[in-house]
Amino acid sequence: MCTLEQRSNLFILTLTGNNQHRLSPTLIAAILSALRQVKSVATSGSVLITNSKGKFFSNGLDRCRVKALSRLSQMVESLRHVVAELVSFPIPTISVVQGHAAAAGFVLALSHDYMLMREDRGVLYMSEIDLGGCLPDYFTVLFRAKIGSGLARRDVVLGGRKVRGREAVEMGIVDGVWGGEERLGEAAVELAERLGARKWDGEVYQKMREGLYPELCVVLGAVTGRIQAKL
Amino acid sequence: MCTLEKRGDFFILTLTGENDDHRLSPTLIAAVLSALREAKSQATRGSVLITTSQGKFFSNGFDLGWARSAATPSDAFLRLHQMVESFRPIVAELISLPMPTVAVVQGHAAAAGFGLALSHDYVFMRSDRGVLYMSEVDLGLPFPDYFSVLFRAKLGSIAARRDVLLRGTKVRGAEAVKLGIVDGAYDGEEKVKGAGMQLAEKLASRKWNGEIYKEIRKSLYPELCAILGLEVDKPALSKL
Repeated sequence: MCTLEQRSNLFILTLTGNNQHRLSPTLIAAILSALRQVKSVATSGSVLITNSKGKFFSNGLDRCRVKALSRLSQMVESLRHVVAELVSFPIPTISVVQGHAAAAGFVLALSHDYMLMREDRGVLYMSEIDLGGCLPDYFTVLFRAKIGSGLARRDVVLGGRKVRGREAVEMGIVDGVWGGEERLGEAAVELAERLGARKWDGEVYQKMREGLYPELCVVLGAVTGRIQAKL
Repeated sequence: MCTLEKRGDFFILTLTGENDDHRLSPTLIAAVLSALREAKSQATRGSVLITTSQGKFFSNGFDLGWARSAATPSDAFLRLHQMVESFRPIVAELISLPMPTVAVVQGHAAAAGFGLALSHDYVFMRSDRGVLYMSEVDLGLPFPDYFSVLFRAKLGSIAARRDVLLRGTKVRGAEAVKLGIVDGAYDGEEKVKGAGMQLAEKLASRKWNGEIYKEIRKSLYPELCAILGLEVDKPALSKL
């Protein structure tokens, strides 16, 4: 389902298994549990890297298992907690998109502070428009918060565009692309080390991120109280 | 601390002291506020404000040294809070100044110093020297509410906002232009001041009605006006 590994100050969360890493209730619960575990032991200088292996980063919610719409909305609600956790995480977060990331899988990746992708493989794809499904409220707010270009948002959300690596950089969706899974992984670790070296205060970092994405934090119920400056 | 000079149509506000890092202490904050109000009282059609500084720094932010020299940690926090609250009217004054405003950033602008520059309509900086830097994340200081709103209002690029605010990137001139933070970057103090004056002349020659200019500017930044307690007036019926 997912594994959590600690490598000095880096926490590496990896989606595992065969089912295109589809976000089933079990996987969502496992990710949430892993995130809470990281949060409980993270210190200033810690960084989270979320990655996956193989052809897919994640192909979205596990719709095949869903017979009733109520089950689907249950998964949407439990994923909300994952996104809320990531958006209020006290340490920098990096998603490493080594394969296709579709729908909720794209959302999971986008919920991180930095997004790195493969240049030579994989697309980002919001499939909902093609599947004839509406977007949950927090999905839309996340896209508005994280993707600055109105045209890019339109193409991705309304146009169902399948966005490859280079394009994703041009559209301002991802921070960089690398050829090959190994080089991508190395780039992520390098970025994580640079960010970790700044040793940011977790409470302050969390509050800063909230200041960057206020609408998103409100819709996720992830608004924290005032924190006092420590001079 | 600061001087206000009237040169034809221009009001030139200069933070003084070559060797100063022009920290926004209570005294400097009060002086700048007073100068802005003076410029406002003398405003006519074609007035332009140019804000600049002297030496290595445009401004290095609030006077944290003064805050830390307080008797107790809670007094230190109160001093910081005092500066944060007294700087708020400066941002409000700049956002509602009845004339175009140009910041000529001839040196480093950090934290509230960066905020001061960004509160102007146009920002020029040097490409050969000086960085823009929101040091708060590195210092472990949370932002005042109006800072986040100011940066969201003025920095259009989401990636730029993240890099500046969440990553504490020190942004040089060329990069600042690319990220859409400043309007231009020039090599050398003379060139950046020249560019500032040249733009000011172009703006002045439009002879805009100051009250209308102010209301249009405010309407661009409704969230910022709200947090600064500035009412956005109903549009005046234009005289057609």
